[in-house]
Amino acid sequence: MKDLSLHLMDIAQNSTHAGAHRVDIVLAAESETRMLVLTVKDDGKGMDAEFLARVTDPFTTTRTTRKVGLGIPLLKLAAELSGGSLEIDSEPGKGTFLRTGFRLDSIDRIPVGDIPGTIAALMTAWTDIEWTLCLQSAKDRYEITTAEIKEVLDGVSIGNPAIAGWLAESIEEAMTNVFGGILDEIAEGS
Amino acid sequence: MKSLKDLEAIREKAKLELSLRETTGKTRVIVGMATCGIAAGARPVMAAFNQELQLRGIQTASVSMTGCVGVCRYEPMCDVIDPNGEKTTYVKLDAEMAKRIVAEHIVNGHVVYEYTIGAAEKQ
Ligand SMILES: Nc1ncnc2c1ncn2[C@@H]1O[C@H](COP(=O)(O)OP(=O)(O)OP(=O)(O)O)[C@@H](O)[C@H]1O
Ligand SMILES: [Mg+2]
Repeated sequence: MKDLSLHLMDIAQNSTHAGAHRVDIVLAAESETRMLVLTVKDDGKGMDAEFLARVTDPFTTTRTTRKVGLGIPLLKLAAELSGGSLEIDSEPGKGTFLRTGFRLDSIDRIPVGDIPGTIAALMTAWTDIEWTLCLQSAKDRYEITTAEIKEVLDGVSIGNPAIAGWLAESIEEAMTNVFGGILDEIAEGS
Repeated sequence: MKSLKDLEAIREKAKLELSLRETTGKTRVIVGMATCGIAAGARPVMAAFNQELQLRGIQTASVSMTGCVGVCRYEPMCDVIDPNGEKTTYVKLDAEMAKRIVAEHIVNGHVVYEYTIGAAEKQ
């Protein structure tokens, strides 16, 4: 069973393959609804309604004019198994917005996994894309953008080998600050 | 809290190292990162390449990703493209192998033949 960070890698790669210039990722624990919500928004090439229907439900349609993968259906299944859901809004030429929610307290919720590793890999591997990550809970909020990183780097590439480690460590700390004690798998910081 | 201040220090170090070395073209490492590659552990391989390059202060190499290469049985895999354009494909990688590729191939210029796709296909 894949953890959320591996699903995120897959979803974000869909955005990079769609030619996105901007990708915004938000992971939020909502205290009122008791949901963990992941959203990924891109300005890539988008999908039309007919194709979108097949992408989320590959088994309910018969037409196989174009290959559809399993990335989105497997994430949707994982969300639904925890009592959550997955929805996608997309417009050809405009972009795509994917939102998936997991019941925070469900024993069937997949663990978040190595979110810092995934984000560090994405931000340092696709250096032309402007990435934003936002982590949010009732406790704290954290945001990091490649735009602000690039500004500090002043010409040094964000793909420089030294950057990925710093990024992963920064986000690891933020995960503890924002989700420590809220998600079972993340211990409260000292 | 890790801050952008730490990043400034990293930047200064990188600039210094960049200026010390003549920039004779870059080596590019491209890790296959499709869904199948992740399942087979491409993310730690990419992290290991970055860590080892940083550890050795190598500024003349970059690590990036590509999508599915279509040969899942060889994942995780990567291409190392030398400054002269020569391409070597390494297959069935793990973090330790990535470190050795940095040491032998990227630093010393010797292809690690036993990890290449050619060696794997002979088996
Ligand atoms: N953000 C997006 N923008 C545009 N098209 C998208 C986006 N996300 C998904 N798609 C389309 O939906 C298809 C299915 O995506 P999905 O992740 O389910 O499978 P896949 O990427 O094709 O294969 P894999 O199983 O390796 O992930 C993609 O091939 C792509 O055509
Ligand atoms: Mg996909």
